[in-house]
Amino acid sequence: MKELTQPTLTIDGKTVLIEGERNLLELVRKAEIDLPTFCYHSELSVYGACRLCLVQVEGRGIMGACSTPPEPGLKILTTTQEIREIRRIAVELLLANHDQQCPTCARSANCQLQILAQRLGIRKVRFKPVHAPVPIDESSPSLVRDPNKCVLCGDCVRMCSEIQGIGAIDFAHRGHDVCVTPAFGKQLGDVECVNCGQCASVCPTGALTPKSEVDEVWSLLADPEQKVVVQVAPAVRVGLGECFGLKPGDITTGQIAGALRRLGFDQVYDTSFAADLTVIEEGTEFLKRKQEGRKLPMFTSCCPGWVKYAEQYFPDLLPNLSTCRSPQAMFGSLIKAMAPEQLKVDRKNVKVVAIMPCTAKKFEAQRPELGVDGDPDVDHVLTTQELAHMIQSAGLIFNSLETESFDMPYGFYTGAGVIFGNSGGVMEAVLRYAGEKLKGGKLDRIDFQEIRGESGMREASITVDNTELKLAVVHGLRNARVVAEQVRAGKCGYDLIEVMACPGGCIGGAGQPVSTNHNARALRTKGLYEADKMLQLHKSQDNVVVTECYAKFLGDIGGEKAHHLLHTSYQSRHRIVDEVLPLMQARGSRKNKVSVCLGTNCYLKGSQEVLKTLLYHVQATGLDNQIDVRAAFCMDECECGPNAIVDGEHIHDCLAANVIEILENHVENEDKREK
Amino acid sequence: MATAHLTVDRAEKFRIVCGILDRHGYRPSGLIPILQAIQREYQYLPEEVLTFVATSLDLPPARVFGVATFYAHFALEQKGKHVIRICDGTACHVKQSLPILNAIHGELGTSEKQKTSIDALFTVETVACLGACGLAPVVVVDEQVYGGMTPERAVALVNEIKMQEIAGDAQAAAAAVNGELHVH
Repeated sequence: MKELTQPTLTIDGKTVLIEGERNLLELVRKAEIDLPTFCYHSELSVYGACRLCLVQVEGRGIMGACSTPPEPGLKILTTTQEIREIRRIAVELLLANHDQQCPTCARSANCQLQILAQRLGIRKVRFKPVHAPVPIDESSPSLVRDPNKCVLCGDCVRMCSEIQGIGAIDFAHRGHDVCVTPAFGKQLGDVECVNCGQCASVCPTGALTPKSEVDEVWSLLADPEQKVVVQVAPAVRVGLGECFGLKPGDITTGQIAGALRRLGFDQVYDTSFAADLTVIEEGTEFLKRKQEGRKLPMFTSCCPGWVKYAEQYFPDLLPNLSTCRSPQAMFGSLIKAMAPEQLKVDRKNVKVVAIMPCTAKKFEAQRPELGVDGDPDVDHVLTTQELAHMIQSAGLIFNSLETESFDMPYGFYTGAGVIFGNSGGVMEAVLRYAGEKLKGGKLDRIDFQEIRGESGMREASITVDNTELKLAVVHGLRNARVVAEQVRAGKCGYDLIEVMACPGGCIGGAGQPVSTNHNARALRTKGLYEADKMLQLHKSQDNVVVTECYAKFLGDIGGEKAHHLLHTSYQSRHRIVDEVLPLMQARGSRKNKVSVCLGTNCYLKGSQEVLKTLLYHVQATGLDNQIDVRAAFCMDECECGPNAIVDGEHIHDCLAANVIEILENHVENEDKREK
Repeated sequence: MATAHLTVDRAEKFRIVCGILDRHGYRPSGLIPILQAIQREYQYLPEEVLTFVATSLDLPPARVFGVATFYAHFALEQKGKHVIRICDGTACHVKQSLPILNAIHGELGTSEKQKTSIDALFTVETVACLGACGLAPVVVVDEQVYGGMTPERAVALVNEIKMQEIAGDAQAAAAAVNGELHVH
């Protein structure tokens, strides 16, 4: 009887069950037909712009499969002569305005437009281009934006706003002139982009790609003066294989170590070691805060996308971020600090290259605070994709490489370091450490299943030895924003919050191979948990190299030297550079300058009122011809807003009365000076 | 004096922008009417003001920019003191509107790309139809409609406005000098 009640429809004559699918496209794909599309991603809203997933619905005509809800009894044809023609023309028109220098494109062979043109058998583009070429935007340290390759599917726009809650890029202009651009046509490096690169991971073409540092690394490897040390992040080992025909989640740690040695790296280490170190430092920091009951909840700080996001949107919560550097940064700092002693080479002759699943790590590596006198602790960051390019370029047959191990000592790691690449992994690794510290003995379990999972917002409560720890794990910055706003409002009692910008954590980073496998993230996650299981050690405190590192070099956990090398500080940050609003302009040489911040944080604290009162006052007292008044959009001092500056004097927590008083003093001094 | 006027104006306009935002309750759904009201004040949408609007409405600046550039009604560049619109609808086009446009561009040093003259006195635009086809070819300067235009008459008209502006400036300058003397 069950069959009779189950709703069905037919696709190309085949009966298909409707089982909660949201649209016809999902059903067609369930029926094993790969309907082409540019603009459909199951996690994003339906856009229906590319007109490639068209199907013929009997009695209704041609409709977009992605935007048509399933109904029982529908009769659907996925390929008719008419649909084939429409698809061909759609792709031909896109190709006409597309920069067709395919062989030199970063996405060549992995470009949906190229693949579709092949699939649809397009051998000639009948239409002429009508767009003049526009400059390529290389301002970001992490991403390259080439509008000449954009097909306007809007995947990047929806990813940035719907999943990451940022909206750094959007559609602008209309009709023929439409383009995807940062605000006011600025460059990506000058706006609020946090470099997570998720836009590039959904871009079907080469319009948004990770910025390559491969050439720079080849040059380093060719330089006999330089000792090149490489570290590989956990998530790389479950993603790289996809570039060589392996399944997502296949663990290729051994081949990676072998390949890196063949490429010419002098020391081949594992970032998982530094992740173990992070667990010890961060776990200790967390327990201290918990005991003292201050600066809670503590946010994790491993994810560079999240850190920049927090600096831009939640400067008031920066004291709640763990001061621990990320594993990448800890690794670089430690290696370069120890190099003169351990490797017997000068700091300037040691170069650290990091292989990361992440594009934001490129930005992190360039942070001035993560280096010594302008020499960065990490010189270059290569994404998983870039490593694949190097391996291909060297002609190494990756799948036939003999498996090798990482070098000692910093290639030694525990499972806690490996699971850092999964959403929830940092939390779990810290619990494996903090739990034992709280208990004062061995925990009877290693896995914390309650904090694993795919949901973008998870919470759990774990009690160890009568201490209850309230935990939250989020991925996707939009989710992070929800939690951070609750924290700001004092509405949640979490102790520790793990944030990763990318869906699924680092395994879903934008440096990973671009995948059309809908299950790729889940498989990679599983791969990392399996890699943990295969190791003998699962707790960072059991890593003997970490212990030795403290004993011989770092001193006490959380001590002065450890703090100097392994911790950092954060600064509030502009979202858009160089934006001021002049409101009054002094004429003549004599002038006093006042600016009041109208950035989000100061704005929320009432700076608009301060500014209005100030303007009234200046006009009422007839000083408007000798005072410059400007509105600024962030003075990078958000924690003490509202902020104002009078002739270079910074005023924090200002009220209109303070600003006026200080301004009048300045005017008076100026008067005296003139006399 | 001109600058002083301008600064008072700016401060006043900022207050007006705050008022507009207040009136719309800082709702992102009110973005279009807010932008319309702001354009009425400034004659265009200055970038910094858009950034301020984005911050106030908790919208990404890129979204505000997207809306502002979508509608032809919104201008993102400052327009000249006088806006000259040359109709290039079918009727006017047939009646030789393009030579008029070219003559005005030639006289003012403007072009299809550089729509506003360097002295910021004029902005030259084309429109698809003004609905006054009986008067074709039509030119509108600010709110004044001129029918049956020729390139020569258009140039003469532009020069006439220029002369008025120069005379006006001289008066203002004289007033400013008097003002300065008075102050001291």
